[in-house]
Amino acid sequence: MAIDDNSDDINLAELDDKELSLQMQDDLYDGLNEEIAEGTSILLNRGWHPQKVLNEVLVEGMRIVGVDFRDGVLFVPEVLLSANAMKAGMNLLKPLLAETGTSVVGKMVIGTVKGDIHDIGKNLVSMMMEGAGFEVIDIGINNPVENYLLAIEEHKPDILGMSALLTTTMPYMGTVIETLDKENLRNETIVLVGGAPLNEEFGRAVGADAYCRDAAVTVEIAKQLIEERVSQHQQSAIQ
Amino acid sequence: MPSAAPSVLIICCGALAREIKTLIRLNQWHHITLTALPAELHNHPEQIPEAIRQKIGEGRKQFRTIFAAYADCGTGGVLDQVLKEEGVERLPGVHCYGLYAGESRFQSLQEQTPGNFYLTDFLVKHFQRLVVESLGIDRYPELKSLYFNHYTQVVYFSQQPTEALLLRAREIADQLLLDFTHVETGLRGMEKILEQKIPLRESVNLSLNLDQHRRVV
Repeated sequence: MAIDDNSDDINLAELDDKELSLQMQDDLYDGLNEEIAEGTSILLNRGWHPQKVLNEVLVEGMRIVGVDFRDGVLFVPEVLLSANAMKAGMNLLKPLLAETGTSVVGKMVIGTVKGDIHDIGKNLVSMMMEGAGFEVIDIGINNPVENYLLAIEEHKPDILGMSALLTTTMPYMGTVIETLDKENLRNETIVLVGGAPLNEEFGRAVGADAYCRDAAVTVEIAKQLIEERVSQHQQSAIQ
Repeated sequence: MPSAAPSVLIICCGALAREIKTLIRLNQWHHITLTALPAELHNHPEQIPEAIRQKIGEGRKQFRTIFAAYADCGTGGVLDQVLKEEGVERLPGVHCYGLYAGESRFQSLQEQTPGNFYLTDFLVKHFQRLVVESLGIDRYPELKSLYFNHYTQVVYFSQQPTEALLLRAREIADQLLLDFTHVETGLRGMEKILEQKIPLRESVNLSLNLDQHRRVV
């Protein structure tokens, strides 16, 4: 392990790729923005593809953060600091990913429902989904059903994500899904719901495709549902 | 003086304990015993239902009637499932501050301004511990804007306001860079609900005059 003579600071540039990846995951866990930006630059300069940096270091690091959050080892403040650190790396990677024309896994429209201004969870999901290769259209907070419909019409997403923190606002998700049904948009769109007071039973009751407990789980479920959908389409085409 | 042993147990959130205790004392509800769970559970609402279930279990042998002085409190209906299984009633509504203000008044405030951050006497007194420290803002001040970015005003529902509490509530609003509104709710909303929900046998229901009470205190 390379440590500067006069301090406890680790010199990231002196670490080999494997050590650096692990150190960056530690730094992500500790919410160290500057170290993540520095480590990302080092890996890119060593010829790593931006997607590899994203998947193997940042997304994997956030997955570990997500697991420890779920298990009660980490709490919301620490997760937010980790997310901020990931953002520091993402800011460097995003333009490069756009240049390399990396294929998009799927498209998601996401927003908090009418009456709800709490967007911490939504922002975490947006970031993790982008990290996993989804194109995310974030329509912000306090969205009436009309906003969702407009966004669906304009962007034709594979997934609609709705988030709520309040018990008073979460039933509005049902209103949005009913409207999608009436507008014959429900079958075309995977609907994912999430937020602190929700649970799987609520997700089923309002007719969502899945309830997502946290940002990392959202990514897993989104990928799985997209894969299922592709395979269904392929089977239909064969028949 | 009371002649009967306490026959009703109220399991309340620590955020309501002082106020309910005041109501018990002023109404001479001698048959009611109060037990509280930590208000910190609100930062982990998923733990509330089972914590209440445990308290119910502990109280079963001693009390004929048990009441949960909790609203839904962010449990997303899970608390209701537990209480249904246990045959215990709770406060109506989704948040206890809504109950202080009256559900319709609270709903209308919330619909007008979704960006309200609500305080009660309890939250004003314990803001530092329950909000600033619990959310990590003392250690990481940069998180403040993440948490409060979309809030527009602090609404202080006061139960027994004092100059010091009002001043502190205003300071909190300033600290969060939000507008400030004060709504004096008193304790009557809570008192009415308890009168409806709990057997008031052996009680002398004194209609509260809180102004008078404050002068005496």
